[in-house]
Amino acid sequence: MYVIIAGAGKVGWNLARELLSKEHEVTLIEDDRRRYLVVEQELEHAVQYGDATELWVLERAGIQRADLVIAVTGDDEDNMLICQMAKEKYLTQRIVARVNNPRNLQHFKLLGIQPAVSATDLILRLIEHEVPQYGLVQLLALEGERLEIIELEVVQGAPAAGLRVEEVPLPDGCLIISVLRDGGGFVPKSDTVIEAGDEVLLILDPGLESAITPQFTQSGAAAA
Amino acid sequence: MLILIVGAGRVGSAVAKQALEAGHEVSVLDQDPLSHEQLDKDLVDTWEDAGGRFTVGTALEVDALVEAGIEQADVFIAATRGDNTNLVVSQIAQKRFNVPRVIVRVADPARAAWYAEQGLQTICPTQHAIDLVAQAAMSPA
Repeated sequence: MYVIIAGAGKVGWNLARELLSKEHEVTLIEDDRRRYLVVEQELEHAVQYGDATELWVLERAGIQRADLVIAVTGDDEDNMLICQMAKEKYLTQRIVARVNNPRNLQHFKLLGIQPAVSATDLILRLIEHEVPQYGLVQLLALEGERLEIIELEVVQGAPAAGLRVEEVPLPDGCLIISVLRDGGGFVPKSDTVIEAGDEVLLILDPGLESAITPQFTQSGAAAA
Repeated sequence: MLILIVGAGRVGSAVAKQALEAGHEVSVLDQDPLSHEQLDKDLVDTWEDAGGRFTVGTALEVDALVEAGIEQADVFIAATRGDNTNLVVSQIAQKRFNVPRVIVRVADPARAAWYAEQGLQTICPTQHAIDLVAQAAMSPA
């Protein structure tokens, strides 16, 4: 696979190393002369000096034959435009953009740049997962497939506590796929009894959370 | 007609003053509060006294764009000193806020040409300079 990476900061440089060690062909583009010279000592011809938002720089790097373009500069406008030009001008099959400021994520979406990865969001999600009081945790959103996986804690006295899986009144378009209990997890069968204190994982069509959550939380409202 | 100009540099502020003079409603957004001086320059009173609007904020902040009046704007001009900022914010104006006329200054001729093909009204000062200089250099004496 031929990969072009824009931005030789910590993220870009390490990505390049990883991909090179996995036998991929990589060109890293960096527009800061001093940073370029440092990185060039290690990566040699795999790094090029230039502004990756300029068409001739992308073309010199061979963007026409790139399978993947990754924009991980520290500037969101640059990342957006690099990916937009890769996708729409050079018809690159796959792009990945880094979002530095999570408030800019809406702009990446507006310009059709997916996936756009924000470190802040990833860390927030991990924090949410570690906070025990938090009732509902979104584990995974498959936006292309329009599916989500969420995790819910079954509280004492919840409607679902003490019911068999087949008895829990859930809307169409969702399924309990795993139960975490006593430090372990298992895939439930239709006659598995849900207990208070369990954590259940569900796969669902987006938008069903509010219909599902009340079954596992005490007062019928999300515990969040 | 409401004209919203992002970037109160030489071009942005001069266009703002011309448009105000011509009787239009003009709103200017710039991240630097001191850029206001560019607008006051050559005016008898302040920019606000002359009827202009000024908002401090960065171009990609949706709240600032809304405060500056992007939802009512008939014309949007992206004239910050960054090509990439101009290209992104003008697409926000066009695709998200459906501003009828969006004009964007792009210094890089190659990108100005490509984004013009994509439906943005780009203006490239560099290209104009190249044309004029080349013409002047090669015209018969």
